[in-house]
Formats: sequence, structure tokens, C-alpha cells
Amino acid sequence: MKKRWDPKSYKDLPYTPIMDRPTTHNKTGVWRTFRPIIDYEKCTKCYICWKFCPDAAIIIVEEEDRKVEIDYDHCKGCAVCAEECPVKCIKMERER
Amino acid sequence: MTEVFFTGNRAAAEAAKLVRTQVVAAYPITPQTSAVEYISQFINNGELKANMIRVESEHSALSAVVGASIVGARTFTASSSQGLQLMSEGLYFASGMRLPLVMAIANRTLSMPVNIWADHQDSMVNRDSGWMQIYCANAQEVFDNILQAYKIAEEVLMPAMVCYDGFIVSHVAERMEIIDQEQTDMFLPEPDLTKRPLMDPKNPLQFGEVVYPDWYPDYEYKKHKALLDSPKAIMDVGREYGELFGRSYGMVENYKTDDAEIVFMGLGSLTSTTQWVVNDLRDCGSKVGLSKIRVFRPFPDKEIVEACKNAKVIAVIDRDIGYGTSGMLFPDVTRALYPLASRPKCLNFIIGLGGKDITPETIKNIHETCEKALEGKEVETVNWPDARKYD
Repeated sequence: MKKRWDPKSYKDLPYTPIMDRPTTHNKTGVWRTFRPIIDYEKCTKCYICWKFCPDAAIIIVEEEDRKVEIDYDHCKGCAVCAEECPVKCIKMERER
Repeated sequence: MTEVFFTGNRAAAEAAKLVRTQVVAAYPITPQTSAVEYISQFINNGELKANMIRVESEHSALSAVVGASIVGARTFTASSSQGLQLMSEGLYFASGMRLPLVMAIANRTLSMPVNIWADHQDSMVNRDSGWMQIYCANAQEVFDNILQAYKIAEEVLMPAMVCYDGFIVSHVAERMEIIDQEQTDMFLPEPDLTKRPLMDPKNPLQFGEVVYPDWYPDYEYKKHKALLDSPKAIMDVGREYGELFGRSYGMVENYKTDDAEIVFMGLGSLTSTTQWVVNDLRDCGSKVGLSKIRVFRPFPDKEIVEACKNAKVIAVIDRDIGYGTSGMLFPDVTRALYPLASRPKCLNFIIGLGGKDITPETIKNIHETCEKALEGKEVETVNWPDARKYD
């Protein structure tokens, strides 16, 4: 197994932070204070949340009958989806 | 070694040619313009094989050399005044990405009022951008310092600015010595590209990655530490240059400071005038000395303390002003001297702003104020000896 990089101080850091992947690999979801939770009982798959999400953090899962899922690695918890949902099936819960 | 009659800008261009600069990007601004015009000529007549990237602004000029440096090129750019201000954003990118850029600055004040003449305002306000700052008093020093700056920057992986006074140094032709291509190649071989990560278009990487708060201070400390540790490289390179070509350089040049009661401190061409006045005052029996600061970033704490060991009054001469406080050299000097058990009295003199001539009389005027302080009379801390006073 590849050993996990575990820097102890500034000495272990590279000269400048470099990644071999695009910025979508940055897990910016840690910025979130409120977490959106979808109630699939109520969801009508209208995709309005998907259309409004400013961070493209709502995904349509083709394999699962085109249901919507929240990409918690990138969702910042802005609650635009909850606000726009016409059936109010997205609730915002405080992150712990 | 050839004896020549060059302006500061020509000396800068000549040095950039000798280091075999591969990419040059700059935007014209007085008084830097002719430095890059010379390089353009060198490329045109085949003396220098480099790419001159024509850009629409200084912001793009610095961005272009940043990009070239990321793929491993040795680069050159130059600017002044408002142009350097427009580069300001990129200055931090260059130091944060640890790129060994070298930039010549023909010092000019900042608008408004509009003024094209020399003072250190433009480079001084960028003193905390992570760039090393080397100041020159004449064309010879411009040439020597640019050659050394490449070697230092490539050693410590931090960018360097070589600053010289607009017109006073940039446009005045002086007798000086240049070294030839073979000597330069010996002093400064091709850069070691294994030392730092490089961009390879076939295997793309993302530079300037986001760092979250948890590790941000550590990255900042890493940069800070690189500059704190850089005096070793600066001294080694200065010594080696002296052994090879006869002119050694250190962080600070202390002149007659050993027994001096009053020490003048400053940077740039005003130190030449001051040195002349020091000789004059010594002839009249005054115990004065000069601490000519060559490297302002990293700040030479040790050498400053050494220069002031027997001094009672320090005259920190600033050709710049931090509005609402003091000149920008002053706080660093007082910080360096503060821990001493017996601190000398530190006075600040703001002179030569916007190209106002600094004459021996200006320096003698400063000396008179220092004499008053030496006698225990009360004097102001921040003085403007060459501005008119109406109250």
C-alpha cells in the first residue's frame, strides 16, 4: 500500500503546493456550516436544485433511476437548493 | 574583462545578455525603458538568443516571465514606478511559487502628483512581497548585482529585484568594467533544474494550489525562512564574485563606522554622496561613518548592529516615505537595534523625494541635526530637511 504523505513541519512541505489533478479534486465541502439533506420520499426529480446549485454539487445519478445526490465533497451549504425546491424536500442541518 | 562607458540601464541589459536570459517580457516605462530596448537590440542583431514576449501591460509582463520560469527558463524583466505597482499581484505569485526571477528596477517615485524622477517609493512599498531587494549606487554595481542576483535566486529559490535610482544611475554613463561571456558562464553555469518542480506540458501539473488555513502558516513560514537563511548564499556569491573579478560584495558596506559617533545609513546612489561628505567631515575632525545597505530584503540585522556598536546617533536616510509614520528603512533599523543594552539615538531623514537633488549640503544639514542630538538637545525623530517649512 502506498504510504500516506504526512508532513510534520514546514521542512516536509514542497517548495510550492502542486497537484497533478484539477481543482475539482480539492474537497472544498469542509467549508460547509449547514448540510443539505434530501428527503427522497418527497423528491419529484424536477431537477430544479440541480439547475440552481451554484457549485455544480448536485449530481444526477443515471444508474439509480436518475435520482439527485449531493456531492458533499464540494457542497458549501449555501442552501440555494433548499430555497428553490418547489416541494421543500431539502432540509438544512447544522454540521457538527 | 573590458572597460566600457555604460549607463545603468545598459549595464543591466548587458548583464541580462551575459547570463543567457532565455525569455524577456517587459513593458516600457520611464526610466526603465532603455534597459529593455538594449535587450531588444541584442536579440535583433543575434547577440542574444532569447524570446522577447510583447505584452500589453506590466501585469502581463510579470505573468509571462512567471510562466516561462515555471517551465525552467532563465528570465529577465524590468520596470519602474506605476509599472511595478501594476506587477504587484504577480510579485507574490513569483515568491510564493519560489521562482528564481530577476528583475531590474529603475527606481522612480509613485504618482500623484505625477513625477518621473528618482526615489525609492516604488520598490520600498513592495518590500514585503518575498522578493530579495538589492540596491545599487552606480552602473558598475547594477552590472555586478544583476549577475549575482541570478546565482543567489537560483540557489535560494526566491526572486530578486535589483534596484537603482532612475536617471541618476539608469541614464548616467560611467566608466565601468564588464566581464566576458566565458567568465560569466564559469561564474553562472546553466541553472540546476532538478532543484525545483517544473511544468511539463506532456505531464501537466497544477501550480499555485489552494492551501487551507491549517497548513497556510507553515507555507508562509517556509518562505520567510528561505529569506532568513538567504544571507549565506548572498555572502558566498558576493565573496566568490570578488575572488573572480576583484569586487566583493556583502549585505552592507560599512565605511569608517568602527569609531564613528554618528552613523549615516541609507541605500542607493545617495550613499555615494554621503560617503563623500563623510570624508569631508572626517577631515574636519567629526567622527562619522556610513553604513551603505546593499541588501534590504532579507534585512541585514547583524551588519547594522555591527555598524552601530560605538555610535551614539544614527541618521537613517530614507528616499521614501511611509505616509503617517516614517521612512520605510527606519522601522527596520530601529527594530534591529532595539534589543541592544545601550541603544543609540535613531533619527530619520526623508530626503530626495521625487528626484529632489541630494547634494553634500543636504547631508551636511542632516549632520548638523545629528550633532545637536549628540549634544543632548531635543530634535524631532522624523525630519524633512529638504522640504520647505511654513510654520
